[in-house]
Amino acid sequence: MAGRSGLLSCVGSKKDERAGMQIQLNGRSKEVATGATVADLLVELELDSRTLAVERNLELAPRTEHAATQLAEGDRIEIVTLVGGG
Amino acid sequence: MPTETLTADSLTIGTHTLASRLIVGTGKYSTYEQMGESLAASGTDCITVAIRRERLIDAEGNNLLDFIDTSRYTLLPNTAGCFNADDAVRVAKLGREILLGIENPGADWVKLECLADTRTLLPDPVATIDATERLVADGFQVLVYTSDDPIVARRLKEAGAASVMPAGSPIGSGQGVLNPNNIRICLEYLKEGDPDYPVIVDAGVGGASDVAAAMELGVDGVLLNTAVAHAADPVLMAEAMQHGIKAGRKSYLAGRIPKKLYATASSPEEGAITARPR
Repeated sequence: MAGRSGLLSCVGSKKDERAGMQIQLNGRSKEVATGATVADLLVELELDSRTLAVERNLELAPRTEHAATQLAEGDRIEIVTLVGGG
Repeated sequence: MPTETLTADSLTIGTHTLASRLIVGTGKYSTYEQMGESLAASGTDCITVAIRRERLIDAEGNNLLDFIDTSRYTLLPNTAGCFNADDAVRVAKLGREILLGIENPGADWVKLECLADTRTLLPDPVATIDATERLVADGFQVLVYTSDDPIVARRLKEAGAASVMPAGSPIGSGQGVLNPNNIRICLEYLKEGDPDYPVIVDAGVGGASDVAAAMELGVDGVLLNTAVAHAADPVLMAEAMQHGIKAGRKSYLAGRIPKKLYATASSPEEGAITARPR
């Protein structure tokens, strides 16, 4: 992880060294602070964790563990909710 | 007396007992308001929902949950859009997580769809059986969408499905029950020595007559979506579906007459004052 921070700065990060990791969020690239947790991400996105589910690298990240689940460079995160369907 | 019995004619699937034998989908309505009115008019107390990415960009996006009284409906999350067992299991777990979050009783069940092909939306029977086994092992009550193949239906029950749900015809096609004989054989196989095992026709319904015809075969319920959502008047069609369910159920319980090739007169021959042809 630390080894890739140099690469990230090339990508054009204008922030301080805290702004450090690139993840895939719902299929799009997103930068998150190093050490950010799933719970931090949901707060940033202003989402209510009760009405959604989070998957990290194809594994469910249970709601009860959001605060303890740290994101890592390159994580594939899916945040899903309910929509109309048959 | 029979009327009293029929009023309390509920549908039990696994640990869930539903007041209505009609399960209605929440997709494809032109507005959320129209969806809400249609669901109410259908008399259902169980509605299906799909799992999709949160729209992170569209801040104005309304959430389905803003338009559903989750204390009134048991939600049945589906795995629509899954084309292999791995994805179906993933999506089922995500659905369970969401329903646990909103404290809906539907958290412990799933409508399993494991499709083979985008043109027909027919199920992949091998992947469907695999996913059923895995979800049952994970504690899900699995209501499984399948074709009307009686042998696959039997395999799915053996795999532990809480309900086997054969399609009447392809999803959204409105063709009704194309092969009632296969549905009959499914019913025979699935209910042999287990008459209360719930069998639901899922998909293919076009109008209320299709619902009634399915119920008259002896299935325990019907799951539909497009037939209501895309009707010219969805709310009115939803009401028609409610009547279709009840009419078909009563007709089944009443025991319809067998089909015969020739006529039998309803009025007595005896005492007729008219001449009869030879």
